[in-house]
Amino acid sequence: MAAVIELKNVRKSFGDLEVLKGIDLKVENGEVLSVIGASGSGKSTMLYCINGLEPIQDGTITVEGTVVNDKSTNLNKLRQKIGMVFQQWNSFPHLTALENVALAPRVVKGLSRSAAKEIAAKQLAHVGIGDKLDVYPGALSGGQQQRLAIARALAMEPSYMLFDEATSALDPELVGEVLDTMRMLASEGMTMIVVTHEMGFARDVSDKVAFFHEGKVEETGPAKAVLSAPKSGHLQKFLAKVH
Amino acid sequence: MDPAGNAFTDLSWVDLLFLGEAAIRTLQISAVSIFVGTVLGIILGWMLAAGNIVVRLLVNSLLDVFRSVPLIIQLILFDSFVSIAGFPMPAFWSGTIVLSVYTAALVAMVARAGIEAVEPGLRRAARSLGMGYWQDMRYVVWPVGIRAVFPSWIGVALSVLKDSALVSAIGYIELLRASQILTTKTQESFKIMLLVGLFYFLMSYPISKAGDFIEKKWQQ
Repeated sequence: MAAVIELKNVRKSFGDLEVLKGIDLKVENGEVLSVIGASGSGKSTMLYCINGLEPIQDGTITVEGTVVNDKSTNLNKLRQKIGMVFQQWNSFPHLTALENVALAPRVVKGLSRSAAKEIAAKQLAHVGIGDKLDVYPGALSGGQQQRLAIARALAMEPSYMLFDEATSALDPELVGEVLDTMRMLASEGMTMIVVTHEMGFARDVSDKVAFFHEGKVEETGPAKAVLSAPKSGHLQKFLAKVH
Repeated sequence: MDPAGNAFTDLSWVDLLFLGEAAIRTLQISAVSIFVGTVLGIILGWMLAAGNIVVRLLVNSLLDVFRSVPLIIQLILFDSFVSIAGFPMPAFWSGTIVLSVYTAALVAMVARAGIEAVEPGLRRAARSLGMGYWQDMRYVVWPVGIRAVFPSWIGVALSVLKDSALVSAIGYIELLRASQILTTKTQESFKIMLLVGLFYFLMSYPISKAGDFIEKKWQQ
């Protein structure tokens, strides 16, 4: 099967600091890729490069054949296909849950107010907070806000979802509800790249795992194989630490 | 005429009406200046927040001039300058221009603070949904930023309303100038100043209350 998201020799620096040192990765349609590794190994930066929120210095990133780092690529259009969920859920504080989700379909896709609200209500129900439509984010728990963020991304009907440590900022008792929502998406066949520290999720839900070490993919392969029998010494040490 | 040959007259209803008209002129010059100054100030504030180093340096130095020179001196300098340059204009217009630029210099700082008050994460989230730069500005930065700095903007508006008294220095007959004229005529300076103070209060208080109301409404 052809890769729908492909990174070839991607290099990215912040000033003198090179954070991605030649990343090669492929994600196929319907696949869930978990990206693991220590903080600062470049995992999140790679996600930001995939939807063009961060420019790269070398290499190529293609999404459905479109080169993300090509100057002529319409990134606003491309991003409609790529949903993203952040560590800090970033809900719009001045809008109700329903308005948070309905905003982009209305202003980006040009849907009518009522059509956008209909989609928003549907997606909020889908992630299990259909009873919170008129609540402002400030009155929601972290787990609910993160599910709101997932609904907001889904409302654009993306083909791919990027998760940037979506559960890292949550209180431990709220992690489960967000992971369950992500599991549900995976089971529905969503193509996902998940940067995570949740090894259980990586093992049980993802098809593939990529281990990042100091800006490089040090080991990659089928999730269960890589996590139960890691070859790289760094990955062995990393897994011993997170367990 | 009383036996002592006093040339002064008592404070009358006509004088009160005169003060009322002057108060309306104070409101007019303030409203126009606050409006124009706010629009201009938001553009300058955006340049300060989003511009490159050259733009920021240029705008900042320009604004420093207007913030550091006392308003009364700016008014007299500009009014004299346009006369000398051969484009004399009514005191209302030279006053409005100077007061607008002065307001813009103050609003620019408020607007910059408002833009910078918006979490970068919110803006990334907006962009990740496919919103363009101006959609992010319109639907996220503007509403979130304005909530953060609205009280400061009300403060600027109130201070401009009061500072508009300085336009009296170039002969525009607003509230303060009118009170000076009446004082000369009636010698009742205490009563007149009390009245003028009351007029300023009556104009400021509703603005301040409206500000509180809007702020509360936004706090949900």
